[in-house]
Amino acid sequence: MGNTDSLAGVSIINGFKSAGVKTIVAVPDIVTCDHMLWPISRDEELKLVMVCKEDEGVSVCAGMSYADHRAVLLIQHTGFLDSVNAIRAMGMDYQLPIVMAVGLQGMEVDKLPSESKHNGILILEPILQAMNISYSLLLQDSDAAGIFESIDQAYKITRPHVFLIVRSPV
Amino acid sequence: MTMKRDQALEALAEHYTDGIVVPVFQSAFDWMQIRPHALNYLCTGAMGQASSHALGVALACPDEQVLVLDGDGSLLMNLGCLVTTAEQSPKNLWHFVSNNGIYEVNGEFPVPGKNVDFAGLAAAAGFKRTYSFSDIDTFRRELPEVLGGEGPVFVSMDVEIGKVYPRDYVTIHSADSRKTFRNALRERLGS
Repeated sequence: MGNTDSLAGVSIINGFKSAGVKTIVAVPDIVTCDHMLWPISRDEELKLVMVCKEDEGVSVCAGMSYADHRAVLLIQHTGFLDSVNAIRAMGMDYQLPIVMAVGLQGMEVDKLPSESKHNGILILEPILQAMNISYSLLLQDSDAAGIFESIDQAYKITRPHVFLIVRSPV
Repeated sequence: MTMKRDQALEALAEHYTDGIVVPVFQSAFDWMQIRPHALNYLCTGAMGQASSHALGVALACPDEQVLVLDGDGSLLMNLGCLVTTAEQSPKNLWHFVSNNGIYEVNGEFPVPGKNVDFAGLAAAAGFKRTYSFSDIDTFRRELPEVLGGEGPVFVSMDVEIGKVYPRDYVTIHSADSRKTFRNALRERLGS
């Protein structure tokens, strides 16, 4: 029997919806594919825009933000790292509300990102801190309760926000 | 045959007077002088990304025509955008690329593969309407047809450097430019 507070994909998706998100822009990620991306692809309340590369998605979300259209970029941490320049430009320099949900591929099940043995994961929080980008850790289902406020705030103050999906959603 | 970029942009401005345009680098510097307008989306930040910004605007504003004025070096940095756009197939998106074979604002060094068939790439990616122009008279004559109908449309323009307008990086990266565009778009959308 699983942990009753296991992070559920549906809780995250509902958090997005509660914050007025209409579009998910995505590149598939092994952490989030089964319980987020596939359900989103079947969800009639959300438009799914598949992009070929993550930095495209940063820019698609940027363009949408000018029309006050709320979107979330769903990617893997490797794609986040690959897109740092676009995130720097749109998120830091232009102060646009780029909201990202980032799966941590290879994340150890009993550790925090700051304890990971994988360099790609270990460096995420220091990079976000250096870029002055706000972020939240999603470890358990109760963490999804904070999604609404984080997204709503990102759009109200027009700043980026990153959700690090630390555990594989069920 | 070829055409000067400023000639091509002036012709385009005559036929497209009041809509959203996402121009990059030298095309942006030229366009903001040739067609100054609050709906010029000047702040694309990272090289190669204009087409993706434009796709975001086009998807969020399906009733507004959106033009991208891309460069060949920029498009080469984001070729996947052609597939993404074709997959989404926004009826309101027109993707123009100025093809002059060089990184014009980065020392005029040649781009890789200077004979790339960009319209062919776009067609292979799934764009149903693609055009290539290398002559200003033909371009002028066909523009009404090019700009009419439904997108997504891809237009490759073989151009030479013509009149070069000042490289006003301050404006294209400014908070004022973003604010101007955002307000103009909200007004256009009635929101």
